Amino acid sequence: MASRRFLSGDEACAEGVRLARPHVVSAYPITPQTVVVERLSEMVERGDLNAEYVHVESEHSALCCAMGASCTGARTFTATSSQGLLYMAEVLSYAAGGRFPIVMMNANRATALPWNIYGDQRDSLALLDHGWIQAYVLDNQEALDMMLMAYAIAEDPRISTPFMVNLDGFAITHTYETVEIPSQEQADEFLPPYETANRFDFENPVNMGYSAGPEYNRYYKYCAHKAMKAAESVIEETEERFAQVFGRKYPGMVEAYRCDDADYVLVTLGSIAGLARSVVDARRAEGQKVGLLRIRYMRPFPYARVAAALEGAKAFGVLEKDISFGAEGTVFTNVNSALQRAGFVMPSLNFVGGLGGDDISEADIDGMFEALASRAAGEKTCEQVVFLGVDAPWMAGKEA
Amino acid sequence: MAVNAKNVTDDEFFFGHKACAGCGGSLVVRQALKVLGPNAVSALPAGCMSAVGFNFPQLCFANNSVITPFAATAAVLTGIEAGLRAQGKKPDDCTVVGFAGDGGTADIGLQALSGAIDRNDDVLYICYDNEAYMNTGIQKSSLTPFGAKTTTTPAGSNVHGCLTEKKNLFEIVAAHGIPYAATASVGYIQDFMRKVEKAKSIKGTKFIHIIAPCPTGWGCAVDDTIDIAKEIVDCGLWFLAEYEGGSFKLNRDPKQFQTDSTQWGSVEHYLRRQGRFKSLTEDEVQAVVEGRDATWERLRALAGC
Repeated sequence: MASRRFLSGDEACAEGVRLARPHVVSAYPITPQTVVVERLSEMVERGDLNAEYVHVESEHSALCCAMGASCTGARTFTATSSQGLLYMAEVLSYAAGGRFPIVMMNANRATALPWNIYGDQRDSLALLDHGWIQAYVLDNQEALDMMLMAYAIAEDPRISTPFMVNLDGFAITHTYETVEIPSQEQADEFLPPYETANRFDFENPVNMGYSAGPEYNRYYKYCAHKAMKAAESVIEETEERFAQVFGRKYPGMVEAYRCDDADYVLVTLGSIAGLARSVVDARRAEGQKVGLLRIRYMRPFPYARVAAALEGAKAFGVLEKDISFGAEGTVFTNVNSALQRAGFVMPSLNFVGGLGGDDISEADIDGMFEALASRAAGEKTCEQVVFLGVDAPWMAGKEA
Repeated sequence: MAVNAKNVTDDEFFFGHKACAGCGGSLVVRQALKVLGPNAVSALPAGCMSAVGFNFPQLCFANNSVITPFAATAAVLTGIEAGLRAQGKKPDDCTVVGFAGDGGTADIGLQALSGAIDRNDDVLYICYDNEAYMNTGIQKSSLTPFGAKTTTTPAGSNVHGCLTEKKNLFEIVAAHGIPYAATASVGYIQDFMRKVEKAKSIKGTKFIHIIAPCPTGWGCAVDDTIDIAKEIVDCGLWFLAEYEGGSFKLNRDPKQFQTDSTQWGSVEHYLRRQGRFKSLTEDEVQAVVEGRDATWERLRALAGC
């Protein structure tokens, strides 16, 4: 029987991991991920989770340990955040290149310096290019459900690619909501044991994770790219199957909310989409044609779905908790690429905010829609890349 | 019966590789895997043995084997062992073994090694010590001895090679209270095989630090490897020891070292036969001798000799 409990995002994540029955959990504590590993440790102690919990001495070792376990055909889990994720960076490419379907929870957090423990998405967005599937969840239920779907997608033999589930630090990890926890029977029905040929074999020993010179290297990279692209259809299949078993239907790689006839669309990802949705509803109630596009998967990047959601809009804005210094927000870059591929040209703004846990208010989001309308009317009231709380046009004349 | 040179298997588990002529490290991997047998699972970080053994499609391990990130030999070993055990798939005679160089162990891999020993994971870690980063072209590591010329400790008129002493890795490892640690030399291969066999029989973390000469980096003849690996022990600049159950034991404790500096077995003879020590002055050689004597005083005290 499924049950309902009042859980934080970290706790919901731990429940999802428990239901996935990993063989090996290796993790190193870092705020705001810690509650995940604390709950998993308790589950192992109580016998609710029959896994080896390895107390590694660093994030680098956490992922290396998971990779070693994955070499044996074990299902593995790790979790981290921010500097911990950056410390793992070189291992991200090892795990992806070795095609080890490790699932990792990342609590999105600011990166130093200045040292800051609060939420933004600079950590994972800086590491989009290491070959991991990257999903961003909206709430605690999605956090739990995504853990099960992550294993199903990552371990699919067509994909065999590691999977990073991103939860906004504090906004999701430490916020409590009522969450439906599926029964183990349901989870087992949805997620079969991990079967793979990509493992050690004592009958026919194998050499894994070798080196390959220029004459072979391109094929490995090409195959990894094709597998990641193939994940697009596997994600949809998996969500269908998830709905059949659990009765909850997820909207695919993007969630387009009231975008169909929208003049102005705000694109974002993660927890801030909840607030943006209420702003969209309020403006719709006033007769304004605005929409919200929540990107759920940054890798593989849903080019066609993003373009389809923005087609016909007069302007769009990307709100992201990220900046690639000297360039623009990374999500903005990706969205622009999707539009360029589709042949769509429209005015656009990039709203960089929420850095280091900074608040993003309803008034801010209202201001974004106003700025988009001005932009579409040909007015240049701000730079194309706007820092919320610093040079946003609705701050003109106000103290920062 | 204990494994020895006569009864050791003719099966090969590491062959067809591209190691340099006279490579000591490849002997370490070859002999250890012969002792550990076909169910050994090995993990190797960046370094000479992975560089020469894992070139697709020329893959040189007949047992299950994997490359690891440079810093993480021990963490990958931990994961392999935990993964096999958690699935009930670990054969009774399976040793999960790592082969890492001196830099991969005493420098970048030390943190992960310490973590594995702290957890007492059931793995064997073998450090093949050729006393520098040989794979990348002979750069100094923390196990490069005083006076050795490397490409990052050039021997010029101002500085005569490496200025630091070899890090005391064996005692660092022992200080963790590890179930079993040993030192060895490819010059005394019987002693090494015995230690590998012993390590295989012990549950928990095991560590063997073995001197593996590198003619390419040391500046000696390719057929000198075994002889020079004997001489480093006999002249006292290396030692054969074990740490088990909280106690140190010296496997060889010479009453006296060769004092005739022209003779085999003296420190000077050992140093002067290698290109890497060519710039050492007489005074510096004397300092090496004094350092050796201080080390042995400490070792004998540790071992209660």
